[in-house]
Amino acid sequence: MIAEIGHYALVLALSLALIQALVPLAGARLRDSVLMGVAGPTAFAQFVFTAIAFAALTACYVGSDFSVLNVFENSHSQKPLIYKITGVWGNHEGSMLLWVLILALFGALVAAFAGNLPATLKANVLAVQSWIAAAFDLFILLTSNPFLRIAQPPFEGRDLNPILQDIGLALHPPLLYLGYVGLSISFSFAIAALIEGRVDAAWARWVRPWTLAAWMFLTLGIAMGSYWAYYELGWGGYWFWDPVENASLMPWLAATALLHSALVMEKRNALKIWTILLAIIAFSLSLIGTFLVRSGVLTSVHTFASDPTRGVFILAILTGFIGGGLVLYAWRAPSLRQGGLFAPISREGALVLNNLFLTSACATVFVGTLYPLALEALTGDKISVGAPFFNLTFGPLFVPLLLAVPFGPLLAWKRGDLLGAAQRLIGAAGLAAVGMGAAFAVDAGGPVLAPFGIGLAIFVMAGAATDVIERTGVLRASPGVAWSRARGLPRSIYGTALAHFGLGVSLLGIVAVSTWGSERIVSMQPGTTVSIAGYALTFEGTATRQQANYRELVARFTVRAGSAEIGTMEPSKRTFATRQMSTTEAALLTRGASQLYLSLGDPNPDGSVAVRLYHKPLVLLIWLGALVMVLGGALSLSDRRLRVGAPKPAKAAMQPAE
Amino acid sequence: MTRKQRRLTLIGGSLAVLALAVGLVLYAMSGSIVFFNSPTDLVEKQVKPGVPVRLGGLVKPGSIERGADLAVRFEVTDGNRAVPVIYVGILPDLFREGQGVVAEGALQPDGSFKATSVLAKHDENYMPKEVADALKKQGHWKDEYGKKK
Repeated sequence: MIAEIGHYALVLALSLALIQALVPLAGARLRDSVLMGVAGPTAFAQFVFTAIAFAALTACYVGSDFSVLNVFENSHSQKPLIYKITGVWGNHEGSMLLWVLILALFGALVAAFAGNLPATLKANVLAVQSWIAAAFDLFILLTSNPFLRIAQPPFEGRDLNPILQDIGLALHPPLLYLGYVGLSISFSFAIAALIEGRVDAAWARWVRPWTLAAWMFLTLGIAMGSYWAYYELGWGGYWFWDPVENASLMPWLAATALLHSALVMEKRNALKIWTILLAIIAFSLSLIGTFLVRSGVLTSVHTFASDPTRGVFILAILTGFIGGGLVLYAWRAPSLRQGGLFAPISREGALVLNNLFLTSACATVFVGTLYPLALEALTGDKISVGAPFFNLTFGPLFVPLLLAVPFGPLLAWKRGDLLGAAQRLIGAAGLAAVGMGAAFAVDAGGPVLAPFGIGLAIFVMAGAATDVIERTGVLRASPGVAWSRARGLPRSIYGTALAHFGLGVSLLGIVAVSTWGSERIVSMQPGTTVSIAGYALTFEGTATRQQANYRELVARFTVRAGSAEIGTMEPSKRTFATRQMSTTEAALLTRGASQLYLSLGDPNPDGSVAVRLYHKPLVLLIWLGALVMVLGGALSLSDRRLRVGAPKPAKAAMQPAE
Repeated sequence: MTRKQRRLTLIGGSLAVLALAVGLVLYAMSGSIVFFNSPTDLVEKQVKPGVPVRLGGLVKPGSIERGADLAVRFEVTDGNRAVPVIYVGILPDLFREGQGVVAEGALQPDGSFKATSVLAKHDENYMPKEVADALKKQGHWKDEYGKKK
C-alpha cells in the first residue's frame, strides 16, 4: 500500500510539473497575472508530492518490505537502521528519486524567496525549472520506477553493497546532488532571461546567491566524496582522475567561473552574454555528470550497478536541455545589450583571467574524460586517459590562476594598478619565499617542484590575508580604528578572503602528501614491527568478531613514536554473508593534520598478514581547505546586500494607458 | 586605450590561454594514453614489451599462485588465449578466480605481463565494460556474467 501511495504521488508530481511547465510560460507571454500566479503554488505542491513519494520509499526500506523489488535488491532486514535509510539512495532508482526531490525543493525555495522578483521572470524561471522536473519524473516512472512489486515476495533481501554501508553514503550523495541540482536554478534563470530578452545587473544579483549555495554544496560533496574514497577504497588515494570524479569536478569548475563572472555582471553590468552562457554550461555539465555516472558508459572505480539502456533516455534529456538551451542562446544572446567598459588591468580583467583559466581547465578535463568514448565510437580502440594526462594539462593551467588569485581582490574596478597591487603583496611574496627556502632546506634532494608548490600555497594564503589586512589597516592604524574598520567591512570581503585562503590550504595539503608521503607494503607475522616516517607499528595479533550483518577479522597494531606509545590501530576485513563479499576497512591515526593509514591484505595460512601502510603528511589540509572555502561561501552568502534584497530593476517604458 | 584596443587585448589573451590549453592537451595525449587489450589483442597486435597497456579478462580458474613477499602470479584469459600476469602487492577484495579484472602494466620480453596495479570491481554483479566487450568478441560471453540477478 505504501509503495502504491508513493507511486501515485510521483505521478501527481509529474502532472503538476507539466502544468507548471506550461501555464506560467503562457501567462508570462500574455502578461496574465492569474496564469503566472499558478507557478508558485504548483511549485510547493510539486515538492510536497515528490517528498511523499520519497518518504514512501524510505518507509518501505525501514519496514524491510521485500515485496518491493528495489528494497529486495538493495536492503536486508538485519542491516542497521541508518543504512536502511541511506540505502534508499544507494541504488539507481532511489538516487534518481533523491535527484528530483532536491530539484522540487529548489523550485519551492525559488517560489518562496522570489518576493522581489518581477512577476514574468518568476513565472518563466519556475516554468523552466519544471521542464527539468517533468523530464526526470518521466524518466523515473518510465525506466527506473523504484515502486515496482514482486509477485512472490521473498523473505529476505539481497543487501546493500557492503562498500556503501558507510556513513559516507548518508552525506556524500545528498550534498553532491544539492550542488548538481542547485545549478539548475542558474540555468532556469539564464533560460528565463533569454526568453524575456532582458538581462541586467539585478538579474546577476538574484542568480548569485543560488549559484553560491549550489557551489558550496558541490564543494562539500566533492570533498566528502574524496575523503570517503580515501578511507574506504584502501589505497589511500584522495583523487584518481576517474571519470565519475571528473564528472563532479567539471560542474564545480564551471560554477566557480560563474560565481566570479556574475560578480562582474552585478557590479559593472559587463560580461552579460558570457555569464548567461556559463550558467547554461554549468548545469549542462551537471547533467552530463549525471549521465556519465548513471549510464556506466565510462569505466570507473566508483561505478555501482548501472544500466546502459537507461542511458539512452538520459541522453535524450541531455540533448534536449543542453541543445535547446544553446540554440535559444545562439538565437537570443546577440540581442542582449553589452555594457561596462574596463581596462585589461582591473578587477574585471582579473576576473576574466580567472574565467579563462577555469574554463580552459574545465575543457581539458572534458576532453580527457570523453576522449576515450569518442575514440571507441570512431575506431573501436579502447583507451584510458589517466592521471598523467590530467596532471600535465590541469596543473600548468592552474598554476598561473593560483599566482593571479591574490592580485584580483587588490585591483580596483574599471582601471587597476598592477604595480600597486604587487607592492602590497610583497609581504605575502616574502613569506612564500621563506616557505620555499625552508622546503628546499628540509628536502634538499627531493623533487624540485615541491618547494615551488609550497611557496605558491603560502603566497595564495598570505595574499588572501593581505586584502583584509590592507582594508582594515591593522598594521598602520591604531587598534581602535582598525577594529571599527574591520567591523565595517562587508562580509563578502571576508568571504572572498576565506575562500581564497582555503584554496591555498588545500594546495598545501596536496603538495605535502604527494611529495613527502611514504608507503610500505609488507607481510607481517604477529609480534613483528614495521616502521615508517619515525613511527613504529607492532602487529599484536588478529581476532574475529561477529557483527549484525557481517563477520570481521580485526588486526591489532600498537603504534609508537620514539619510545612513547601513542595509540592502537585496528584495520579489519569484513565478510558479508548475503553477498559473499568482503571489504577492507582501513585504520587511521591522526597526528595534527597528518595521518597514518593502515589497511589489510589477505591473511596467509602461516598466520602472517599482508599490510599496506602509508604516512600521509598534512593530508587533512586537503579537505580542511575545502571546508574553509565553503565557510567563505557561507559568509559571502550572509552579506548584507544579498539579505536586503536586490534593487528593483529599472522600470521598462511605461505602458500607455488604454 | 581605445575600445578597440581593449577588445583586442581581451581576445588576444583568450586565444593565448586557449592555445596553451590545446597545446597541453595534444602534448599530454601523445604521451599518457594507455590502450586496453584483451589477451588475444596482446598477442595479435604484437604489442611491444615495455609499452604501458591495460590488460583485461577473467582470472583463469586454478591459475593463482602465491609466492614469497606478496608476489602473486595468475593468468588472465578471454577464453581464446591466456596471458600470465606477475604482480607484487595486495590484490583487491573482489579479486577471485573466474572474475573480471583489469591489470595495468607492460609485457616483459619473456611474454609474461608485469602488472603495476590490478583492479577488480566494487560490485560482484558488475563486469568491467571492456572485459565484457572482449569476451563477447571472442564468443565466450555468458549471459550470467553481467546479470544483476
